[in-house]
Amino acid sequence: MNDIVLKTIDLTKHYGGVQALEGANFEMRKGEHIAIMGDNGAGKSTFVRQITGVEQRTRGTVMFDGQEVNFSGPLEAREAGIEAVFQTLALADHLDVPDNLFLGREITKFNWLGPFRLLDYKAMREETIEGLNKTGVKIPNIRNTIERMSGGQRQCVAIARAATFKSKLTIMDEPTAALGVQETAQVENIIRTLKADGDPLILVSHNMRQVMDLVDRIIVFRRGRMVADLRTEETNGEDVVSYITGAKTGAQFEGAA
Amino acid sequence: MTDTSHGTGGLTFDKTKRSWPNELNILFALFVIIAIFEILGQVLPYMNDQSFLFDTKDRFDSIFNEARLKIIILQVAIIGIIALGVTQVIITAGIDLSSGPLVAATAMIAMSFGQTELVNGFANPKALFGTWAMDLPVLIPVVVGLTFGAFIGAINGTFIAYMRIPPFIATLGMFLICRGIALWWSGGNPISFPTEGFKWIGSGMMPVVWFLSLAVVFHLIMRYTVYGKHTYAIGSNEEAARMSGINVNRHKVTVYVIASMLAAFAGVILAAKSETAQAGMGEFYELFAIAMAVIGGISLQGGRGSIIGTVLGAMVLGVIRSGFTYIKLDGSYQLMAMGSIIIAAILFDQYRQRNRA
Repeated sequence: MNDIVLKTIDLTKHYGGVQALEGANFEMRKGEHIAIMGDNGAGKSTFVRQITGVEQRTRGTVMFDGQEVNFSGPLEAREAGIEAVFQTLALADHLDVPDNLFLGREITKFNWLGPFRLLDYKAMREETIEGLNKTGVKIPNIRNTIERMSGGQRQCVAIARAATFKSKLTIMDEPTAALGVQETAQVENIIRTLKADGDPLILVSHNMRQVMDLVDRIIVFRRGRMVADLRTEETNGEDVVSYITGAKTGAQFEGAA
Repeated sequence: MTDTSHGTGGLTFDKTKRSWPNELNILFALFVIIAIFEILGQVLPYMNDQSFLFDTKDRFDSIFNEARLKIIILQVAIIGIIALGVTQVIITAGIDLSSGPLVAATAMIAMSFGQTELVNGFANPKALFGTWAMDLPVLIPVVVGLTFGAFIGAINGTFIAYMRIPPFIATLGMFLICRGIALWWSGGNPISFPTEGFKWIGSGMMPVVWFLSLAVVFHLIMRYTVYGKHTYAIGSNEEAARMSGINVNRHKVTVYVIASMLAAFAGVILAAKSETAQAGMGEFYELFAIAMAVIGGISLQGGRGSIIGTVLGAMVLGVIRSGFTYIKLDGSYQLMAMGSIIIAAILFDQYRQRNRA
């Protein structure tokens, strides 16, 4: 029980009459990397939004780090240790890389000055460089503002932000959907670094090669329901596709969809 | 470029790669405007070879016409103090229209606690309160004025941050309320004859001293403190700021409080400088303060700009004002020229932003 990071019981979300997510029972262990796959509208993003507190679930329980949680918003989820990297990046365009990495948790001096306490730019720059080195993120000049960066570099900053602050669980929603080949490779390298460090990850992705390369387990959603829970080494791309399209349904999920 | 960003180049920390600061563009524009007036002074037939900025008649020890330099900065100093606050508001993607009337209301309120009991041996003819409010130490009118400003700013900020009233509307309402307070305070009568201590605040070059010291303080605050960083972050991406755990609403209230306290202090200085307070004071000050910020490169979309830019923007307005007086052109042309320059500044800013990506 202790090594379970995240567990959902009967997690359900209805939008009016639409059953976007129905009775999802999900379990994730420490250090595990899990991919969530499925067609458009299958319920992947809905699932992520319930866990990260972006939306409020209709029914069900979410257990995080051994405790039942009810996040009223994404900020609470982040404070509890769930760091999400969404497709729409939450970065401040006019600030540079260290500013964004440390936004809301700045390293400061003279803390008795309250809101006017001084920023320790040097320490933040050094930790930024250290953090980027550790995660393998390459950005030519960290003093550049985000608005001057390519989509891939922005994605890397957002991921580095999640990765440098030892979160208990990282969630990435299609992190490479808008990226070129080299940028995708860089993001995948960051994911491998997380794996090597034993940091758990939920990866929402359409990219079969990426998923087969990177994760331990694949969860397939179809029409709002979980239909398969597969170990990557025991399955192959064709097999996963047949679950996604509905040609097959996992034994333990019979009757679900 | 592709090499360093994705390949083996790795991380470089290159100070020389920092971008060309916009403040240098404004400084350049300032010099161009000065040069134009200097040339006009030589070319226009009725000018008798006067110089705009230089001491050609050997009246001063330096090579500059010190009298003109002093006037240029003195006439923008008080509005400049307001501009320091409105700069911070605009950086959060807000706006503050209430500062002009707030100057008048604060001038009235502060002056009524800064009066002398006796004028030439007779009782103060403009006395608003009884003798208890006369000949008070200078700190009292100042503190009363700043407290009033903080109160107005807190109301502005609360409506904008917590009740989601657009800043334009909230501060437009406060614009009228403050003008009303200024009229109501003394029933429309001017309040005059301040104590020597109160006069000192606005005497001589004191407004410039206040303006420049406050500019330095707020430059440091915006650049080197958490308050400054969060102000930029909120204007840049409010949602990201909120997601990062910044208490966005509380921070906005703080920004509006600081802006209104600066406007209130400008009101105190104006009353002290004029040695009288009148309900009609500070007309259009809010607009000139916004103009200084905009000319100084503060983006109305938020997130961009600096205190140095606003100080330079104030200098541009000051130079234009005394430049037009220097070439003996009517005030009407002055207004037209200032208007054109504000629009040009915004056009230039948009051009810069388009060419950035």
